Amino acid sequence: MWSLLVNNWQTFLIGFWNTIWCSILALVFSLIIGSGFAILETMPNKFWRGVARVYIEIFRNIPLLVIAMIFYLVIPQFWVKMNGFTAGTIGLTLYTSAFISETVRSGIQSVGDGQMEGARSNGMTYWQAMRYVILPQAFKIVIPPLGNQFVNLIKNSSVLAFVAGFDLMYQGDVIASTTFQTIPTYIIVGIFYLILTLPLSYYMQYLERK
Amino acid sequence: MDFANAYSWINIHFLLRGLWVTIYVSLISIALSFIIGLVLGTVRYTKIPILSKVVGFVVDIIRNLPLLLIIFFTYFGLPGIGLRVNAVVASIIALVVFESCMIAEIVRSGIGAVPSGQMEGARSNGMTYMQAMFYVVMPQALLKMIPTLLSQFVSLVKDTSLATIIILPELLYRAQIVYSQDTRYMIPMYLIIAVMYFIVCFCLSMVASYLQKRFDTKTD
Repeated sequence: MWSLLVNNWQTFLIGFWNTIWCSILALVFSLIIGSGFAILETMPNKFWRGVARVYIEIFRNIPLLVIAMIFYLVIPQFWVKMNGFTAGTIGLTLYTSAFISETVRSGIQSVGDGQMEGARSNGMTYWQAMRYVILPQAFKIVIPPLGNQFVNLIKNSSVLAFVAGFDLMYQGDVIASTTFQTIPTYIIVGIFYLILTLPLSYYMQYLERK
Repeated sequence: MDFANAYSWINIHFLLRGLWVTIYVSLISIALSFIIGLVLGTVRYTKIPILSKVVGFVVDIIRNLPLLLIIFFTYFGLPGIGLRVNAVVASIIALVVFESCMIAEIVRSGIGAVPSGQMEGARSNGMTYMQAMFYVVMPQALLKMIPTLLSQFVSLVKDTSLATIIILPELLYRAQIVYSQDTRYMIPMYLIIAVMYFIVCFCLSMVASYLQKRFDTKTD
């Protein structure tokens, strides 16, 4: 197993790097999109609430793999061409944003109504109250569940292997099929994933207990 | 794009059989992983000297690996230990291994959310630890867990699509077969399987959020 790692370290490292890069990109964008829809969902306006609901339900209830495949195979047929990494990352972003939106929404709703009313009666507009009073409190509450979503995101990034995204799983597949050392290769891939996910999920458990 | 021919009865029937594979693989996995997860979670919670530590360690490792990797391990690893299984059994094993660890964690935090006074009260009324666990703590914990458990089951249904890679003849795999015969069917195929997955998962999600609302008002 050691020689397998030594002989193929570059291939593994490319995969490891792509997994990290894809996870970071997907995290940043899904945080932005997810928070946006979470705010829409808590708005007094029924129309925007409906829009947010539809978006969330669609992306929450279709398998990530199907979403990624749609971006990889279907969208390029009548719109922009994209490579596997981009398609996979966009799919992952949209899929995760639905979950993040649910998490942030529960955070916003757990901040008491009085906070919004107090801020509004102090002369703030709705958006000011949201930005300076509600969201800071909401994010503090949802950090542990958001962290768990991030762990899920890292694990889910393995679907990039289906769309030739050159992530860890894909590179592992390449090595396994060239060296025929299937199980040792996948053990190494597993260790790489654990390096990313284990510390994060232990840290979130620690935050939850606090 | 050729919707009329793509949705011929032969193709739809072929896909529906895939949907059935998705559903029964999910149902068997849900049943098994719920039972195993309940046991693992309880063992981890009760702090039996060595056993709980070992279970906790294994659960944490498996929980933090991608399901795809676990599917590979079962598919390529099982023949290595002398078990020749087909894709259906391999997928069920992989799903059960992964999901029971996820559920174990839900169960553990569910039991943890029951106030400790419940256990103490039951013990001081003369119940043994096991009796108190099964008759007092567990029913309350399960009630709290139901919404989280259901959303975990929704992800299980979605995750069955990953088993296409080991040629489980489920919905996505069958759609790929159909459009590999005629690439004009690709868009209609992805559209219809997205709708099929959506219907199944959305119904489950609706039940989950209905229960969530009910329990939220109950506990308030």
